[in-house]
Amino acid sequence: MAGKHVWQRRTTTRQLLIWFGWLLLVAIFVACWMYISNRTEWFFVYDAPRIAGDIFSRATPPRWSYIEKLWEPLWDTLNVATIGTALSLIFAIPVAFLAAKNTTPSVTFVRPIALFLIVSSRSINSLIWALLLVAIIGPGILAGTIAIALRSIGFCAKLLYEAIEEINTTQVEAISATGARQSQVISYGILPQIMPALAGITVFRWDINIRESTVLGLVGAGGIGLQLQSSLNILAWPQVALILLVIFIAVIVSEWISAMVRKAII
Amino acid sequence: MSDAQVVRHWRKPPTIERAWLRYGLLLLTLVYLYFSVGSYDVNWARVAEGLDRGWAFIKAFANPDFVSRRSDFIEGMTESIIMTVTSTVVGIIISIPIALGAASNLAPLPVYLFCRAIIALSRALHEIIVAILMVAIFGFGPLAGFITLSFATIGFLSKLLAEDIESMDKAQAEAVKATGASWLQWINYAVQPQVMPRLIGLSMYRLDINFRESAVLGLVGAGGIGATLNTAFDRYEFDTAAAIIISIIVIVMVLEYSSSLIRGWVQ
Repeated sequence: MAGKHVWQRRTTTRQLLIWFGWLLLVAIFVACWMYISNRTEWFFVYDAPRIAGDIFSRATPPRWSYIEKLWEPLWDTLNVATIGTALSLIFAIPVAFLAAKNTTPSVTFVRPIALFLIVSSRSINSLIWALLLVAIIGPGILAGTIAIALRSIGFCAKLLYEAIEEINTTQVEAISATGARQSQVISYGILPQIMPALAGITVFRWDINIRESTVLGLVGAGGIGLQLQSSLNILAWPQVALILLVIFIAVIVSEWISAMVRKAII
Repeated sequence: MSDAQVVRHWRKPPTIERAWLRYGLLLLTLVYLYFSVGSYDVNWARVAEGLDRGWAFIKAFANPDFVSRRSDFIEGMTESIIMTVTSTVVGIIISIPIALGAASNLAPLPVYLFCRAIIALSRALHEIIVAILMVAIFGFGPLAGFITLSFATIGFLSKLLAEDIESMDKAQAEAVKATGASWLQWINYAVQPQVMPRLIGLSMYRLDINFRESAVLGLVGAGGIGATLNTAFDRYEFDTAAAIIISIIVIVMVLEYSSSLIRGWVQ
């Protein structure tokens, strides 16, 4: 064997570096786990299977008659998601045009601002937006709708500006060669190309927003989450079970609709 | 008169070609808008009253207060970051076998259906709802948040990874199989190298999502910065709330930037 090189995928140094990286990762994980472990009442955790069984036996069967009171919150939830998505588009489309490299009026000034708007809208969860809006304009579905809209602006604008950057430039050049104004170039050269992407993004976000708006009620921003909160507060587990079931079905149905629409467009 | 007939105007073709579908959708939208906007019951007096408060909040961003709730702030942020890291790691470890089971070209049908059911369940339940249940079962604290985020990571990562495995290059897989490799060797030498870049990219992206989610889990008592944020809003301490929100934005920006660096490096 001596003097004979056995094939290796990586050099020894590289192998060591990778090994060291893994070691570091494991060390960080263990340190983090110790922190969580210290803050956990393990006595409760050992008891968890019994508690889970207990909650499950209390929650079944769901209180089916409670569905009467859920239709209106469900309608509110649908409206919060739909109107919220529509509102967000009104802002997301201009922001996307300002953020895309090929349509922005100024790469050095306007684009960073648009990108910052997108990042800040995306970093903040819709529940935090809702919390903020409930504090400002009071509880209700208006706060929920605006929260959904604010959170969706970043998401839609990000996907849309990426779509704008990928458009076919020959069509745009052809339109501008006819002497079209910038606004005409956008409406005849760019918009038709991004329409399918826009529709796809909208339906995709709508589907996510249905899921998000089911919980906005927890902070007082309307919808079915409000019923969930009040049922939880009085520990009415059969009602909680029914609400969770309704939310589950609503989310599955909206995901199905969104998948169908996207399939039809693309 | 005959001249006028020759001169025709070109009109932009409509996005939806079928006229009945176009006008039908328009009508449906209008009817829906009428009923949905009608169901909004807005207390405009309360909104007007709140505008001052909204302005106060925007002004608070000019001088955020990191100091007066310093200990709560640091503790909440540390807890959020720690929950993010642990749950992402555990979520990835669990989601790899589930992704293998949920890929239709690898798994037998019963395993496939079982794994897909886990994914569907995890994706349909919002993190907050899972967190409420976990707090009820495991008690208050970061453990509930950690379990919630791990569970959410499984649905996200397994689904996208399974899709990537399903669209992998068959030739490489067959070549490795033809050498007489065992199933584990086959996964390790044929499948894993093909999906690794995507797995790393998705993991980084999920790290970012988990941090954003960890910021709200505190609302239901599952640990993290959310509890501090909620208290700040309840007491109308907008300067503290602004400080927390700014920190969240900065951390998300750093995560997003580093994840794009790592993705560029891997691919």
